[in-house]
Amino acid sequence: MSTLAQKKGFGAVLWDYLTTVDHKKIAILYLIAGGFFFLLGGLEAMFIRIQLAVPNNDFVSAGLYNEILTMHGTTMIFLAAMPLIFAFMNAVMPLQIGARDVAFPFLNSLGFWLFFFGGVFLNLSWFLGGAPDAGWTSYASLSLASEGHGIDFYALGLQISGAGTLIGGINFLVTIINMRAPGMTYMRMPMFTWATFVTSALILFAFPALTVGLFLLVFDRMFGSNFFDASMGGNTIIWEHFFWIFGHPEVYILVLPAFGIFSEIFSIFSRKRLFGYSSMVFATVLIGFLGFMVWAHHMFTTGMGPIANAIFAVATMAIAVPTGIKIFNWLFTMWGGSITFTTPMLWAVAFIPSFVAGGVTGVMLASAAQDYQYHDSYFVVAHFHYVIVGGVVFALFAGAHLYWPKMFGTMLNELLGKITFVLFFIGFHLTFFIQHFLGLWGMPRRIFTFLPGQGLETANMVSTVGAFFMAAAVIIMLINIVITSVKNEKVGNDPWGDGRTLEWAIPSPPPFYNFKQLPLVRGLDAYWLEKMEGKKGMSPAEPLGDIHMPNNSFIPFVISFGLFVAAFGAMYRADHSWGIPVLIVGLLITLGSMFIRSVKDDHGFHIHKEDLEDNNDKGVKA
Amino acid sequence: MKRLAKWRLFSLFAMMALVLSACTGEPYLSTLKPAGEVAQTQFDLMVLSTAIMVGVIAVVVVIFFIVVFKFRRKDDRIPKQVEGSHKLEIIWTVIPILLLLILAVPTVSATFKLADVSEMEKKNEEGKTDALVVNVRANLYWWEFEYPNQEIITGQELVVPTDEKVYFNLIASDVKHSFWIPAVGGKLDTNTDNVNKFWLKFDGEKAAEADNYFYGKCAELCGPSHALMDFKVNAVPRDQFDQWVTAMQDVKEPQQAETDLAQAGQEVFNNSCIGCHAVTPANTAPEAARLAPNLTNFGDRDRIAGILDHTEEDLKNWLRDPETYKPGNKMTGTYGELTEEQLDALSEYLMGLKVLE
Amino acid sequence: MAAEQKMTYETWPASPEKQTLEAKNKFLGFWFFLGGETVLFASLFATYLALKDKVPNSDMALAKDLFEIPLAFIMTMLLLTSSLTSVYAMYQMKNFNFKKMQLWLGITVLLGLGFLGLEIYEFNHYVHEFHHSFTSSAFGSAFYTLVGFHGAHVAFGLLWITTLMIRNSKRGLSLYNAPKFYVASLYWHFIDVVWVFIFTVVYLMGMVG
Repeated sequence: MSTLAQKKGFGAVLWDYLTTVDHKKIAILYLIAGGFFFLLGGLEAMFIRIQLAVPNNDFVSAGLYNEILTMHGTTMIFLAAMPLIFAFMNAVMPLQIGARDVAFPFLNSLGFWLFFFGGVFLNLSWFLGGAPDAGWTSYASLSLASEGHGIDFYALGLQISGAGTLIGGINFLVTIINMRAPGMTYMRMPMFTWATFVTSALILFAFPALTVGLFLLVFDRMFGSNFFDASMGGNTIIWEHFFWIFGHPEVYILVLPAFGIFSEIFSIFSRKRLFGYSSMVFATVLIGFLGFMVWAHHMFTTGMGPIANAIFAVATMAIAVPTGIKIFNWLFTMWGGSITFTTPMLWAVAFIPSFVAGGVTGVMLASAAQDYQYHDSYFVVAHFHYVIVGGVVFALFAGAHLYWPKMFGTMLNELLGKITFVLFFIGFHLTFFIQHFLGLWGMPRRIFTFLPGQGLETANMVSTVGAFFMAAAVIIMLINIVITSVKNEKVGNDPWGDGRTLEWAIPSPPPFYNFKQLPLVRGLDAYWLEKMEGKKGMSPAEPLGDIHMPNNSFIPFVISFGLFVAAFGAMYRADHSWGIPVLIVGLLITLGSMFIRSVKDDHGFHIHKEDLEDNNDKGVKA
Repeated sequence: MKRLAKWRLFSLFAMMALVLSACTGEPYLSTLKPAGEVAQTQFDLMVLSTAIMVGVIAVVVVIFFIVVFKFRRKDDRIPKQVEGSHKLEIIWTVIPILLLLILAVPTVSATFKLADVSEMEKKNEEGKTDALVVNVRANLYWWEFEYPNQEIITGQELVVPTDEKVYFNLIASDVKHSFWIPAVGGKLDTNTDNVNKFWLKFDGEKAAEADNYFYGKCAELCGPSHALMDFKVNAVPRDQFDQWVTAMQDVKEPQQAETDLAQAGQEVFNNSCIGCHAVTPANTAPEAARLAPNLTNFGDRDRIAGILDHTEEDLKNWLRDPETYKPGNKMTGTYGELTEEQLDALSEYLMGLKVLE
Repeated sequence: MAAEQKMTYETWPASPEKQTLEAKNKFLGFWFFLGGETVLFASLFATYLALKDKVPNSDMALAKDLFEIPLAFIMTMLLLTSSLTSVYAMYQMKNFNFKKMQLWLGITVLLGLGFLGLEIYEFNHYVHEFHHSFTSSAFGSAFYTLVGFHGAHVAFGLLWITTLMIRNSKRGLSLYNAPKFYVASLYWHFIDVVWVFIFTVVYLMGMVG
């Protein structure tokens, strides 16, 4: 019951965040941790581009380069992009459906701490004998041959953080199904909520494949099994399948929420409801479904034979159709609208051509016979950066600017925001457009250097220059955040003025119980409908009453910490005698705290009606 | 804002035009200068799909700019809230499907064509194939090329006849690699578990433009020196290829060095190197015992270790410290320190290992 | 309806596992969790099928040499019966008969223990009689991983049910703990279903060849 809004010391704030089960605070935790890992991954990207600026460069050594490129990919996907998306899902989705919290506040916190300790574990590899060096795909023959503990850090770290992601996915699914406010039917849910829903389903069915793959890898590396050892009857292709059965849906796990954020932005800043809402929903679901049918297009050159290659080629091309539907729906949302170019809108508008460019190269890659040329060349590098940066990272920047006032109660500076956008946009195209051609000219991906005299010098230099623009943009964004936080000018419920969905109907930041009375939803864009009828806010769906809230808990932190400890034990089991005891202690910490959680009754607490009546702001006493 | 958007468009087109006109890459390396049937098929598909995609982009860009310029906020009016349009939605569902079908048909047909290796199965009376077959074995940072019909082995430099189909059996002996000759055709992985098969055709005229040497690359991350796991392809007319085969087959015993210096070098070689490097082309040793590239025709090759110029100086540098040039290679530290005299002798000997005059 | 409320036979609702929002969430969330578990086991089955009988040399034991019907059949019967007894337990739970529920759960746990004991015996038998171990071949790795993952699920289920029984032994049923019992029994059914697949894919298909 520590969620009091009075001034608290640093220790109390820290303790509050370590134990919080409030989705809005967990969102902030995800934002900070994900943001930190994003900077780390960005730094690694800069090292990569500096090394490749000129031929035969020795800025970093060959082995170190492989570690950097592996950690860049792994960090950006698992520790930056996904957590940042989770940050917005946590911050916004429960508000959008008119819920007071998520379905499992405790598991929400557990999911965050698992991700956090997994990410820290993975990055500790830098200080403990070297990072993983087999690429983020960690193909089995190379990852078994890799010396040292780098790959062990990869496998165990991702296992821990992957468990957190899975828990998060289940939590969001149940939240959306069970916790919607009265009147909030499925076909009235905001697009971002729909994206969260489909993404969570993808997480639920995709991550277990990675879990199994990682288990097999851990067993092979640490416990003497032979899944991937051809001389013992094993087969490395199994890893490739598991990795991509997970890995391809992962792409949609990242990009569907990005689509969701952009859908909100187009609609808000064009002052128009989303064009073809129902076909947008349909397209989202279809993309999610097809996302599971196409994993083998990452393996066209593995030697699966022409039949499998042809089937997966055609299936992959099919995904272009629902994606195209989305693009046109966005364009026609703006058509006839009243568009204002705020920072979030700039990102959204720039996203369309950038993502279309990434999408069409995706179709080219889907065409198996030509993919034999593109595969594992810089063409692929260019393609997936167009999709992931041009789609996901643009959305993260856009979302950060859009939802910053809702999360922190203050607006980011628009001028600095636009400067960030311009620099990043130029840098992005400068860096990655030319890489299509590098690939076509014969440059394989994941090379630590290239030799002079192959016609690759100029283009690589151009690409490196572009990277510096992006770095500058990120630095300006950081300055913006600092300035904004220092000024801390408070804003009202609907700072953009054109908010359409429920989150804009409540204070920024919302009180910890979100809605004093659950709102009555009367259609798509619920808040907009009320505004158009001249009302100031939502009509309540219930009389003012006691609100049931969950208690804070330190147990999620301890459960995750136990696994973190156990992972060290498992890894050093073969090298040190203390390995086994540490493994056991770690598992005991985890199982013990789970045991405490299950035998200790936790009924939560109630905010009494009288307190809600007395206080009209968030300073409600529990 | 308006000016910015215009400038953005202009610069994008300017850059594209520049790139497209000026550079299609090097003839020995670029997929955009196809030098064989496979690369040509793939290039044609690239052109077809690019054409379709540029069409799609054009439509999107036109709508995009109309929207961005025409519908900017001018007053505080609330625009009409449109639900959608079934007609439009059907249009942008059906047209992409048709476009994809146009691409899917040639894709599928090319996929089957490029995977057709039935010639490899047809054996004549001797149990050999009529088609030329090369067994490629990828190893940590070097390539072995075995010609099973001709019963010869070479390394690092693939010699092939032009204008006929060459069939490949691909496997890796340590970790997964991928066999890629960009100018001649797309890649296929060399797995540790199974043999992959495909074919390539090397175009005679295009080979001549590229001075008969194409660059080959490893396209799958395989360790620190993945970037340096290059090989060369010497594509020559059929008669020249036959001469080369005969010359190779004639080497039954290790060639005897002629000069005194080279003889000293051969002695060093026999003491330090022969455990891993063979200097006869016959494939008598089992695969697992062939630990390093076969050097029978080392003197004829175009590169040292696939990456360094073919000069005595570079050879000596390489022998002094292979680690500097190929980090993580398997040769470093296997043969002790060589004195400068030994290096002189050894390089003299190695450079003399030629089968062609 | 508040979860902590003291209940009687008369006030006990028809679906006590789904009365509060927390309970509904738990119920639905657990189904989703089982969906994820299905993918996990499907992946393990795929691995097993890909690596079945993949051994480094020909004198090593294959599936047809290892498996015997009687043992696998007894194990199957034990687990199937335990699933049935857990159904009885849930039936008693819905009738607000706490003692009988505890009794049936106790029988479920005993049957589960019996299954686990036989599995340990079985593994031991393969290792010592056939030198078929986790590290001996890819086949061994895949077999022990698939069946062992299931075994670990059984062990976890036993710990879970036992904990619930002990924790609630003195305080009887409430709307707070009814969903906990219910979800544990769902989990137990799931384990049983997975075993049916293991029995078919590993044992029956293994003996056919």
